Amino acid sequence: MQYAISILLSGVSLGGQYALIAIGYTMVYGILRLINFAHGDVFMVAGLMMVYLTASLPLAASIPLVLVLTVLLGFIIERAAYKPLREAPRMSVMISAIGVSYLLQNLATYVTGGLPKMYPEIPGISNTITIAGVPTKVVTVVTPVLVLVLVLALTQLIHHTKVGMAMRAVAKDFETAQLMGIKINAVISVTFIIGSFLAAVGSVLYFTNYQSIVPLSGALPGLRAFVAAVFGGIGSIPGAVVGAFIIGISESVIKGSSWSIFSDAFTFALLIIILVVKPTGLFGEKVTDKV
Amino acid sequence: MLKIENLHVSYGGIQALRGISLEVPDGKIVTLIGANGAGKSTTLRTITGLVKASSGSIQWNGEELLGKSIDKIVGSGIAMSPEGRRVFADMSVVENLRIGAYLRTDKAEIEKDVQWVYSLFPRLEERSWQLAGTLSGGEQQMLAVGRALMSRPKLMMLDEPSLGLAPLVVQDIFSIIREINKQGVTVLLIEQNANMALKIADLAYVLETGNITMSGTGAELLADEKVREAYLGKNG
Repeated sequence: MQYAISILLSGVSLGGQYALIAIGYTMVYGILRLINFAHGDVFMVAGLMMVYLTASLPLAASIPLVLVLTVLLGFIIERAAYKPLREAPRMSVMISAIGVSYLLQNLATYVTGGLPKMYPEIPGISNTITIAGVPTKVVTVVTPVLVLVLVLALTQLIHHTKVGMAMRAVAKDFETAQLMGIKINAVISVTFIIGSFLAAVGSVLYFTNYQSIVPLSGALPGLRAFVAAVFGGIGSIPGAVVGAFIIGISESVIKGSSWSIFSDAFTFALLIIILVVKPTGLFGEKVTDKV
Repeated sequence: MLKIENLHVSYGGIQALRGISLEVPDGKIVTLIGANGAGKSTTLRTITGLVKASSGSIQWNGEELLGKSIDKIVGSGIAMSPEGRRVFADMSVVENLRIGAYLRTDKAEIEKDVQWVYSLFPRLEERSWQLAGTLSGGEQQMLAVGRALMSRPKLMMLDEPSLGLAPLVVQDIFSIIREINKQGVTVLLIEQNANMALKIADLAYVLETGNITMSGTGAELLADEKVREAYLGKNG
């Protein structure tokens, strides 16, 4: 029983961390129809920033700085690598995204010398507490709560603010949105800013569970979060969150069983199945538009 | 007043507009008629800035519009109801209207204008909370017109508002266009339904393969032999 609780707790926590990454994938896809392959690496860079910043600054300053710098990174990537390709075929933008992904990984390898970097202990969330007789890190409990708060705030933003209305309009129809006076480049930047911010939060929560971080640390969590976004129906924020929790809990359950070596195989098999059976995912867009 | 001079537009290797000049005086209804592919939509899209011109000028109350960004052009009082209506299908009717007022900040006035649009189109008020994608074609057209009105335009451009609508609905739409014009909005209308368009137009231009071949008052063109033959059917 205790074992089951501990598996579930870590699954929910992992799912929450994937959700924060998956939202970035799904929002960018929703607006640009682009799979931003660099997103997992932005997540990794946020982790490395934390390593280097805490080396010289107190935590209270490092964490906000990591959030700000990651947002800036996401903004710059979009302006430098995607915006100039706005009129280009979608494939070109995707290739550019793959390029950014490799660029970030290799820059990280250069900066770290390819060596694993110790991830700092964050007092407060790295501490251990006991829930229902199961010892666990505070972050395990903090993550789902924080995810819930952030997702609710994001939903409010999208459905009840002017910028949210503009985002929904741009996601549906670039041209008509422009005719309303909406600046699409500004809206796209906001999307990247939100996505990068959530990835940075996810990064702090995720890497707290690990001893160290390497330049490839963003690749697998990024891919799993991407699977989660596709599973939930890419373009849909609730879909990404639900998908991420399903992937996180499944991963945790399988890792806790004797099949643990197959956990990623399971995740990617799930991707194949969903693409074959229901390509639009759980909450994917239904096409109801009238012409 | 909108004044287009010697406007050339080409894209994809095709010359869509070959040096057209036309005027849209304040307070009038001006119509551009012509066959498919004559360059009518291109003209409107160039005015809004969606399409870039290769040369020429578009003066709006003395100000050059070419080279300005779309939001600046919309902000200067030009609104367009695009071809095929293009309402935001998964937003409600009232949200579609509010987004039409995106550049405005006067909240109370915006709500008043929502009511004003509802008074023009009572059908929209009944469907206020319905998703725009569930409306009929005619209702979507009304919504597209209403949405464009929400920016309080001085010049309203309509791209084929009658396309695919039942004759009765077309009459409704045209009487609303007249009503909007009476309330002081200049109208630039493009239509394949030349008969209807010429009847309400103060001024009309005929566009053929990127050139303006004829112009005059609506009544003049309506009576013109060549126009009757080409656009109205011989007995039209």
